Amino acid sequence: MPFTVREIESPDPVTRVAAADAALHLESDDIGEKMVLNMGPSHPATHGVLRLVLELDGEIITKATPDIGFLHRGNEKIAENMQYNQFVPYTDRLDYLAPLSNNVAYALAVEKLMGWEIPPRGKAIRNICCETSRISSHLLGLGSMALDLGAMTVFLYTFTEREKLYNLFELLTGARFTTSYTRVGGQIRDLPERFIPQLKKFLDDFEPSLNECDRLLTRNKIFVDRTKDIGVISKDRAIAYALSGPILRGSGIEHDLRRKHPYLDYDNYDFDVVIGSAGDCYDRYLVRIEEMRQSVRILRQVIDKLPDGPINVADWKNMTPPKSRVMTKMEELIHHFIVVTEGLDAPPGEVYFAAENPKGELGFYINSRGGGVPYRLKIRAPSFVNLSILPELLPGCMVSDVPAVLGSLDFVMGECDR
Amino acid sequence: MDFFFIITSLLKIVGILFVVILPMVSYAVYAERRVSAFIQDRLGPNRVGPAGLFQPIADMFKLLLKEDFTPRAANTFYYWLAPCLAVMPAIITIAVVPFGSTLFGVPMVIADVNVGILFVFAIASLGVYGIVIGGWASNSKYPFLGGIRSSAQMLSYELSLGLAVVPVFMVVGNLRLTSVVLYQIGHGWFIAPFVGDWMNPWKWLLAVPMLISFFVFMIAVFAETNRLPFDLPEAEQELAGGYNTEYSSMKFALYFLGEYAAMITGSAVIVTLFFGGWHFPGIPDGSHGWIFGLINIAVFFTKVAAVIFVFMWVRWTLPRFRYDQLMRLGWLFFFEIALVNIFLVAAILPYSSRL
Repeated sequence: MPFTVREIESPDPVTRVAAADAALHLESDDIGEKMVLNMGPSHPATHGVLRLVLELDGEIITKATPDIGFLHRGNEKIAENMQYNQFVPYTDRLDYLAPLSNNVAYALAVEKLMGWEIPPRGKAIRNICCETSRISSHLLGLGSMALDLGAMTVFLYTFTEREKLYNLFELLTGARFTTSYTRVGGQIRDLPERFIPQLKKFLDDFEPSLNECDRLLTRNKIFVDRTKDIGVISKDRAIAYALSGPILRGSGIEHDLRRKHPYLDYDNYDFDVVIGSAGDCYDRYLVRIEEMRQSVRILRQVIDKLPDGPINVADWKNMTPPKSRVMTKMEELIHHFIVVTEGLDAPPGEVYFAAENPKGELGFYINSRGGGVPYRLKIRAPSFVNLSILPELLPGCMVSDVPAVLGSLDFVMGECDR
Repeated sequence: MDFFFIITSLLKIVGILFVVILPMVSYAVYAERRVSAFIQDRLGPNRVGPAGLFQPIADMFKLLLKEDFTPRAANTFYYWLAPCLAVMPAIITIAVVPFGSTLFGVPMVIADVNVGILFVFAIASLGVYGIVIGGWASNSKYPFLGGIRSSAQMLSYELSLGLAVVPVFMVVGNLRLTSVVLYQIGHGWFIAPFVGDWMNPWKWLLAVPMLISFFVFMIAVFAETNRLPFDLPEAEQELAGGYNTEYSSMKFALYFLGEYAAMITGSAVIVTLFFGGWHFPGIPDGSHGWIFGLINIAVFFTKVAAVIFVFMWVRWTLPRFRYDQLMRLGWLFFFEIALVNIFLVAAILPYSSRL
């Protein structure tokens, strides 16, 4: 029997037998001179557990089949069995490089279902959360792309900056990595006193450091050679594959949910939507660098305009009331009991809310039949959608281009596999 | 061929191998880690012993105690042979490099053969076999790709390597490496001719093609020793370690040793050819007393260490080339430059002895 790609791809014995049967009737499936290379799920360039089955002609890829699902935890199903607030920690584990913005996107989705609008200060805090985690995620994307191309030093420079950001997250949420900061209708706590001065200091230090990485790579002949005209995604294909985030903008499409469907306070802040032109790895890299600068710009405006006042929705029937009131007032005690045991009382209906996450459009579709638990929760994970273009993108590239392409797509398998 | 010659040669071999090369390799690894840490704002190994100086010993024990695993599908004979082939040429090459003037009247070079540089090339090009055979015998796809890359890369850069040093020997008129050093003592280092008739402008004009020669040679040595930006056969992020993916324990350590030994040997050859070997202006040679003989050796190894530092600096600064870009660079750029450079030197040479 011929040794075919099909045989390796097939996930279970039944399909394998079916595939082998089909292969007998399909002569063109015989790969002959070509070599099948299995890249991943544990390979330094696949950022987690992506598996690629590459069919090689020499070093040139003729066919690429991504195999995902190694990190599948059934997050969507889990959501059906728990109250809205209990699902917040699970959103940390989607795009685990930007947990704060996942928290925010999820909270906003449920608030859209509830018909809530959180107070200005709460919004400003969420803006800070989104933009700091965007910087953190893009820094990792930039660093790991450089690492995959062999420039390890840039990776460590970006990690130094991320370390400072993680200190900020720890100050804000008490956790460095799995933040679980938001609740439906607000945040668990207000900004600590030291937070804003430290954030300012970080922003001042960050820009020179980013410029340093920029200088190390952007005009580096080897880096440009490795990324320019590699993994080109045209405008049409980007739209056809529903790509989003820096990858879509790298292809020259001005689409940013922060601008197109403003949520939080994004329409009050000045920032440019960064777009590339060629849609190659180099453009996606440049878009990420510039987006970090725009994030810094937004953060400075948020700090300047930071309003005072409450941070949470004052709907004590559906929010856990403040402890001081729970301990002193009968009615709040009852509300607290109901909210904790039964969850908030969501109206029946369907909502879809998408936020511009660092990796792209992170959407939550919630189908509610009333009560504290969603009937169905669907997560539109940007990494999952963005990876779908791989089978079209990789053929024609060399094995050496795989790290560049994967690095520039900047995906997270936690989100892709959910 | 007297008794004295045999004894001193043996002493030199044992001394160079066990007192200089092997410790230098282990401390090159240590230096690499410290230098990379310095470049990346880290500390590097600093726990074992004072300033982490015993780290190489700990590393060695770690590697010795690991399970020495042979994959079932591997071709056992070649699988075992390959690491030896990788480390051998790098160590043999050092034999013809003069690492000092004289010590107690004994010339500080193991074998002063009259075809010195040819010997260096002949042996150094054997280094590719260790990698190719290792990649093939592992019977695994990633090492296989690494082996293919390595053979193509080394063959292409061998040419630039050879052509780049032709100008040096056109000037010296002798293939013996000791004569290259002696010439530089008389006429100044090829890169910076400050000694001898250094007022001669033709001498300085000659330094220009020598500089080109030096750069081409240096880059070709980078490619020969598989160091970043030319570490395609290893390419951690692409080939998951390349040719040494299937190796463990001391066999892996031998590859490691081979790479660093090749780097040291390459640096030694660079120093000999372009930086005046053991010579430093103002320091007399070993015939003026044994202390000067020792100083000459120290000067040589200091220069080697400086070149190794450049190797490390480059490694931790630049990204990696792609396979086809590397070949294009080698064949269309360095090869041509080295070739043109030979004619350039030939054009300058008749005038440089005038005045």
